[in-house]
Amino acid sequence: MLEVNSLTKRFSGLVAVDQASLSVAKGSITGLIGPNGAGKTTLFAMVAGFLNPDGGSVRYDGRDITQLAPHVRARAGIARTFQIVQPFEGLNVQENIAVGAYLHTADANEAMRQAAEIARRVGLGADLAKASSDLTVAGRKRLEVARALATKPKLLLLDEVLAGLNPSEIRDVLPLVRDIRDQGVTILMIEHIMQAVMNLCDKVYVLSQGRMIAEGEPRAVCEDPHVIEAYLGHGAAERLRAEQAHA
Amino acid sequence: MTRPRLTTLAIIVVALAVVPFLGLSGALLNLMIFMMIIALAAQGWNILGGYAGLSSFGHAAFFGAGAYAMAVLQTRFGVNAWIALVIGIALGALVGAFIGFLSFRSGLKGSYFALITLAFAEVARILANSWNFTGGAAGILLKLQTGLPYLQFADRRYFLLVALGFVAIGLVVSWWLEHSRFGAYLVALRENEQAAQALGVDVFAVKMKAIAISGALTAAAGCLYAQNYLFIDANVAFGSWISIEALFAAIVGGSGTVLGPLLGAIVLLGLGDLTKSVSGGIPGMDLLVFGIILVLSVAFSPNGLVMLMKSLGLRAPAKAKEA
Repeated sequence: MLEVNSLTKRFSGLVAVDQASLSVAKGSITGLIGPNGAGKTTLFAMVAGFLNPDGGSVRYDGRDITQLAPHVRARAGIARTFQIVQPFEGLNVQENIAVGAYLHTADANEAMRQAAEIARRVGLGADLAKASSDLTVAGRKRLEVARALATKPKLLLLDEVLAGLNPSEIRDVLPLVRDIRDQGVTILMIEHIMQAVMNLCDKVYVLSQGRMIAEGEPRAVCEDPHVIEAYLGHGAAERLRAEQAHA
Repeated sequence: MTRPRLTTLAIIVVALAVVPFLGLSGALLNLMIFMMIIALAAQGWNILGGYAGLSSFGHAAFFGAGAYAMAVLQTRFGVNAWIALVIGIALGALVGAFIGFLSFRSGLKGSYFALITLAFAEVARILANSWNFTGGAAGILLKLQTGLPYLQFADRRYFLLVALGFVAIGLVVSWWLEHSRFGAYLVALRENEQAAQALGVDVFAVKMKAIAISGALTAAAGCLYAQNYLFIDANVAFGSWISIEALFAAIVGGSGTVLGPLLGAIVLLGLGDLTKSVSGGIPGMDLLVFGIILVLSVAFSPNGLVMLMKSLGLRAPAKAKEA
């Protein structure tokens, strides 16, 4: 469904993403992990159209979308959430979500009705009239997801929706993500919380210093020495193996 | 949300329409006409600066476009006043689209957008001041011809009704914004442009529509001004005074609200006039009062008088419950 081919982004000399490729199969949950500063969010921004790549291409549903503006990609069915939540502060929860729903209807009543329905689905049903700034961190993350869902996406890009949540909140959100996939939405997610990645993802890509260093099933990837070294430093894989042999 | 109903708006308009027939003095009638013209200009500003969050310091460009269209078309080309009015409004939308295209294409916002609009208005003022076609520094005097076809009335109360009609249109446009996709998109891009884009909002197109509507409303105010005072020159039509009055009335009244600009214009001009009469004509006293009002309103009611009234109204029943 989504094909990213040798995507490259340079920020004045620094190569943030270096010929990274990945593909997301229809109906899957695909994870993108990597240490801080690996370039995950930059890669996401290029997929969603917020940054122009310096090289490579993005194909979605069989067509090249590398040059399309973000709002055009949204209309084609790609929705994203932001790592740093970006609610419309002056609007309440229902109105926030309605902005997304307006993508497919010009009718205000219909948009508000859909917004209420989606709010219930993500667990914000009781907060419809609340100012978005009055939500808890977990609530704002849900709002990000709800707004994106309101655009009726085919491909949902989730950028660390679990970051900043406590363990019980994470347990609440995991079924929500799976439920979204079960409704037919393909998901590509950036995540740091390994519990979630292990639980949810069919396939995982690992980005480190802008390069894709591993891909595969979550469990296999976690045992990949390259991945361990990317997270824990040079020689870490060997040390771990030695310690395990001792024990 | 606490938004005015259409019936509330209708009651306000009807009440304002009745006032001039209660035996208002000539001076008060003139003041009220001026209030309506400023309210209309402020309503135009409010679409762009209030709802879309693109504060302009140069709405004089639209006001002047309307005023000059009205004056030049009638005096030079003998165009009927009503047709000139329509062309003037359309010209305001066109000037808006022109300024919008240049500034939004390059993503200008915040203080940069404010400065570029100011620059456009100033350029227009200097051009109008030096070009013979627009009467140069001498300005343009319109012919006095009373009667409905000339949009001039021997009984000035009827002109007030015309102005009030336009203010009513401004109210309905703002009301529609609060109940439509377009309005939701305006507020969304004001609050967070990136997030709006992610939800499929064509930010450029929405801004272009906003500045065109905004320009049209403020140009209508310019048309009415020319037709009411029958004289304009570059400093009146394109002067920064009108840019300031428009944004001032909208901000003090409550930017991004339906009734804010109207309320702001009435309160500001009312107080200004009161000060002038009390201070016995010390020049600049009304400006001093304007300044004080701005400081007070920013300090105590940053969301405008509309919100202040609302919060007072909400607080009163709460107290009653406690007692």
